Amino acid sequence: MIFFLTKGLLRDKYRSLFPLIVVTAGVALIVLLQAWIDGATGNMIENTARFKTGHVRVTTQASAKQSRHIPIDLSLTEVEHWLSILRDRHSSLYWKARTRFGGILDFPDEKGETSAQGPVVGLAVDLLSSDGMERNNLNLKNALIDGRLPRNPGEILVSDLFFKKLNLRLGQSATLISTDMEGGMAVHNFTVVGSINFGIQALDRGAILTDLTDVQQALNMIDASSEILGYFKGGFYQKDDALHIAKTFNLQFQNFEDLFSPVMKTMREQDELGKMYDLYESMTFLVIAAFVFIMAIVLWNTGLMSGMRRYGELGVRMALGESQGRIYRSLLAESLIIGVAGSFLGTLLALIPAYYLQVYGIDVSQMIQSNQGVLLSNVMRAQVTPLSFFIGFIPGVFATFLGALISGFGIYKRQTAELFKELET
Amino acid sequence: MSGEPIISIHHLNKKFPMAGGNFYALSQINLSFQTAEFAGLVGPSGSGKTTLLNLIGTLDRASEGEIKILGKELGQLSTKEAAEMRMKVLGFIFQTHNLLPIYTVYENVELPLLLLKWQASDRHKAVMKTLDWVGLTDKVKSRPPQLSGGQCQRAAIARVMVKGPGIVLADEPTANLDAENSHSVLQTMKRLNQELKTTFLFSTHDEKVIRYLDRKITLEDGKIIEDEIQNK
Ligand SMILES: Nc1ncnc2c1ncn2[C@@H]1O[C@H](COP(=O)(O)OP(=O)(O)OP(=O)(O)O)[C@@H](O)[C@H]1O
Ligand SMILES: [Mg+2]
Repeated sequence: MIFFLTKGLLRDKYRSLFPLIVVTAGVALIVLLQAWIDGATGNMIENTARFKTGHVRVTTQASAKQSRHIPIDLSLTEVEHWLSILRDRHSSLYWKARTRFGGILDFPDEKGETSAQGPVVGLAVDLLSSDGMERNNLNLKNALIDGRLPRNPGEILVSDLFFKKLNLRLGQSATLISTDMEGGMAVHNFTVVGSINFGIQALDRGAILTDLTDVQQALNMIDASSEILGYFKGGFYQKDDALHIAKTFNLQFQNFEDLFSPVMKTMREQDELGKMYDLYESMTFLVIAAFVFIMAIVLWNTGLMSGMRRYGELGVRMALGESQGRIYRSLLAESLIIGVAGSFLGTLLALIPAYYLQVYGIDVSQMIQSNQGVLLSNVMRAQVTPLSFFIGFIPGVFATFLGALISGFGIYKRQTAELFKELET
Repeated sequence: MSGEPIISIHHLNKKFPMAGGNFYALSQINLSFQTAEFAGLVGPSGSGKTTLLNLIGTLDRASEGEIKILGKELGQLSTKEAAEMRMKVLGFIFQTHNLLPIYTVYENVELPLLLLKWQASDRHKAVMKTLDWVGLTDKVKSRPPQLSGGQCQRAAIARVMVKGPGIVLADEPTANLDAENSHSVLQTMKRLNQELKTTFLFSTHDEKVIRYLDRKITLEDGKIIEDEIQNK
């Protein structure tokens, strides 16, 4: 009988084509949208992790309470000790210390007088070590616009926008004026060896990238840093593992009495990120729910229209002894065939552009005016995940089925005799 | 005539609710039919012929009285049991052939057997044999729009006969056919009636049909006014 119904679907374009187009289009949109939202979220997670939160982050409890800028005097001490403990116990992650600081960068001329000056935020990472991890993490090779990466102590990179705005030259010396860990004034000389594009507007406006050891000297931070970041060696954030590692670490080392004792937080626990991702998830859910609703309504009407066109057929089948219930079930079976075919087609159709957007992305730097808190990359990409293969598929089949369920009910409710009236004429 | 009737009708009334009271489309019908009868309901338009056929065909329900088919009282059947009665015992032929246009002649005739869940090989044998009876073996792969009116009506007869129903209800089966096709269709039905002992019950105005009938039942205003045996 299924074969008989399928033949009918294939031969009667009105019965199959329009619903198929609706399902295919709806499913394609869901899949594409989801891949896009997922890509944007994934992009954000990746960027935020690389620049800010790590997959997990260790700071002093005092720093953890600060939401934005971390004062240098709340830094973590005995960094080497903590690093060796972390590397020892949690070898599934890379561990790296970083320091964030702020200050004024002053560029003197030949006579030693200020020729240019500007406020900067600074990021001090392990730039010089041979493992190259942080250089990879921050994608420095690609980000470099002019000059070269630092090879020696005392060399820094500045953001390209800042570099151009202040008319800087490569090899120019720069003086950082800031506060040290004890609260005293700190002055330290650097050499600008290159300019980079962070791809993040918040940093591009005025940021410097220095080696960690230099900054420890400059700011009088002996064996201290703002934070220790952990990155999963596989490259992807693993929610459950991260939570487990943080819990284990905190159970052992967190001392609520001592504000300078360390605490580990997963990236989701930091800032507003957790809420943000929850928002994205519920947004995806809402979008899908809306699509299912609209599709079901359209398919319901399509079902009614095709049901009306088919009163003759349904009447004949009833005369041949099919019960109304059986006819209803066969209409549902037809809808399942269309739902599965349309959802399959729609998924396939969407994966092609989604994959394209994953590889090439769209540059959105023009659209972003300012961004605080979360760091965004300028190129937004879609992401095809295992979820893409059924996130549209299941709602597509469901909506088709739902549409047939409602429209079929109308036909089901009609009296047998009335169906036969249509046969008389 | 003798033996247990295949159809028996007692004190049957059918009323339709109308503005200002009920309208009786059938009143006090008493009738019975034996196996292999070739009978017809005749009478003016609106006399209740179709209404009676629909009641016997389980497509509608009686208001009062009873109809029994093979001893089963139709009023007692659930919708599912009524559907089963249509599937196994009854066959309908309408004024229009009502073949499904997107299916071939073969597929149209095969449909009742699909519903009865016959085996594929049995289906094939039965369909080919029936199409041979009605003389349509060369149109197996054609679709209804490609056939003439007479051929369509013969295909519709094949669709009814393929499962060997006990009773065939035919509502004005020749109304859309010319004289020549009417005769060929009626001859086919008559032959099936004699060879398979199928009971035929017609509703008709058509003199050509009336001449073929063994029994002519005349209705007027929902009442039987005459019931006569002819041709014997
Ligand atoms: N569903 C209904 N509601 C109300 N009245 C109906 C209904 N069906 C039939 N009738 C009435 O019952 C009467 C008998 O109708 P029926 O269709 O049985 O006539 P008929 O003998 O088949 O006529 P014809 O030869 O024109 O086909 C008619 O007056 C018709 O208007
Ligand atoms: Mg009639």
